[in-house]
Amino acid sequence: MSSPAQQPRSILDASGNLVGENPLPLDRIRELYAAMVAGRTYDRKCSAMQRQGRLATYAQFEGQEAAQIGAVAALGTEDWVVGTYRDAAAMWFQGYPWVNLILGRTGDERGGHAPAGVNVLPPSITVGAHMIHAVGIGWAAQIRGESTVAMTFFGDGATSEGDFHEAMNFAGVYKTPTVFVCQNNGWAISMPRERQTASATIAQKADAYGVPGELVDGNDLLAVYAAASEAVARGRRGDGPTLIEALTYRIGPHTTTDDAGRYRSDDAVASWRARDPIERVRRFLEVREAWTAEWQHDLESAEAERVEAAVAQAEALAPLGPAEIFDGMFAAPPPTLLDQRRRAEGQGHA
Amino acid sequence: MPERNIAQALNEALDAALAFDDVVLLGEDVGRTGGVFRVSDGLLDKHGALRVIDTPVAESGIIGAAFGMAVAGLRPIAEIQFMGFSYPAYDQIVSHVSRIRNRSRHRFTAPMVVRIPYGAGIGAAEHHSESSEVIYAHTPGLKVVVPSNPYDAKGMLLAAVEDPDPVIFLEPIRLYRAVKGEVPAGDYTVPLGEAAMVAEGSDVTLIGYGAMMREVRASIGALAEQGISAAAVDLRSLAPLDLDLVVGAVEQTGRAVVVQEAPRTGGLASEIAATLQERALYSLRAPVERVTGWDTVVPLRRAEQHYMPSVARIVAAVHRTLA
Repeated sequence: MSSPAQQPRSILDASGNLVGENPLPLDRIRELYAAMVAGRTYDRKCSAMQRQGRLATYAQFEGQEAAQIGAVAALGTEDWVVGTYRDAAAMWFQGYPWVNLILGRTGDERGGHAPAGVNVLPPSITVGAHMIHAVGIGWAAQIRGESTVAMTFFGDGATSEGDFHEAMNFAGVYKTPTVFVCQNNGWAISMPRERQTASATIAQKADAYGVPGELVDGNDLLAVYAAASEAVARGRRGDGPTLIEALTYRIGPHTTTDDAGRYRSDDAVASWRARDPIERVRRFLEVREAWTAEWQHDLESAEAERVEAAVAQAEALAPLGPAEIFDGMFAAPPPTLLDQRRRAEGQGHA
Repeated sequence: MPERNIAQALNEALDAALAFDDVVLLGEDVGRTGGVFRVSDGLLDKHGALRVIDTPVAESGIIGAAFGMAVAGLRPIAEIQFMGFSYPAYDQIVSHVSRIRNRSRHRFTAPMVVRIPYGAGIGAAEHHSESSEVIYAHTPGLKVVVPSNPYDAKGMLLAAVEDPDPVIFLEPIRLYRAVKGEVPAGDYTVPLGEAAMVAEGSDVTLIGYGAMMREVRASIGALAEQGISAAAVDLRSLAPLDLDLVVGAVEQTGRAVVVQEAPRTGGLASEIAATLQERALYSLRAPVERVTGWDTVVPLRRAEQHYMPSVARIVAAVHRTLA
């Protein structure tokens, strides 16, 4: 195993030119393009709804669509996704419905109830603790002799948490089928990547755990997919975990409550907008006559309608009542909790 | 029926649990050495390294990995060597293990057991003598149980493994080999959430749990010699508390002394005293007494005895309720 390269792997450059071997057929690239457009439509819709007061705090992922869709594209339906509050596109692409994500952002626990057969955990809100869960999930598959893989998403900030070390270390020692996808988006709220670690790259940290690590252009759908599919295959054949550092950028603020103007310049954002992950695939497709403005329009309006429908569905659901807040705690609530539930119901709206 | 101590009874329970393919035992030194208290002795050889797992030294990692296994459908039993070592795993337990059922509204669950040897009285090193049960009992979504005898130890551990929710299973270090009793050979369970009346009496009701049950039982004899008839309750379950049984037992005598090894302030004894004044005030003939550890760090070996609740302190508390 050689040390991870210091330059990111690149297949599709910022202008949409192929600079490496394309791992995917054109039809599949069109599907993934549509998924990225869907993700951005959802993301912008949620930002707008937050400003209207219809959602609680919202964490945008604009600019990270290729990192999320490209990685999940390498998974099978039975595989797991363990992500965070900024990984909505990844979760959705693995089968977690928009309505669940929106419910969560309206402040409703029922958003965390993934449909049966969709192996996506509710988004982790605390930073860093969830990576080891993907280790345990992969380990369970290993113990049962199954070939399921668990993929976990996290940011550059999460690699500063001690839990990153424990997760990488356990995965390395037990060779669990876990794919670690670090979306290095440059910022942890107001702290730049340089203040998280003195390592030249995050990918190189894998080396210390005896785990393969790879730095990829996280805005390059094809490069992310190629790295992820190799990592998934490695996990499936019993050769253990992989750390992928997807170099990308958080175009928006940390959340809708954040003012990024306090700590970074517009110039930096503009330079990353020029490396947009969606636009470069659009150009790639257009050159191959696989993209039209009409298709784009149809994609965006269809997805906006789906998101609207999900919002309507979420808003039509009555909030949990006083009794129902007790019902998620245990399979069978103990007498002490039933007593408290009666008291909570009795107080009505007083 | 064979005689077993608590460590042996727990070993039998683990052995029986590991007969199921979906049960995994993991922790520091649980395999090759059989655990620092030898509770899992012989299980690695019998059940294999795939499911009896010696982990790296990382408590957060142990609980986080066990959580992932549980979410994916296994029934892990994670061991933390000493209660004072559980704090690095506290975030995993409180932020994830205890909450996944609620934050996924039953879609995902964590049917796992966290075994934690706890308590003072063996002159151990610093951080090896903690009784921090209340921080887990205070956490919504967890069950916290502690046996005080071999029969309960085996039956409650098997019940904890069967339980669909996470169970913090405390093991009284001081009693591992100090208490013997008859233990059935096969599988059986002792229901979680239920306290036990361990002695009937008419003058006062002693309420304790875990390692302190040895002092409680000894106090019954000491009081009897003074002509005082003491009833006694072993809580066994600290979350949820079996308050109906406790209230009923105190109503019988009108006096209550609650014994806990843990520090005094905000402990389970306080919760029980508060509940008794809510639900049994008119039966009480004296204020509820608490006999507890102090709000100090557990003293090291040479001064440890000043901390531990003793038979003398329990008897003195009973006398105050009778005064």
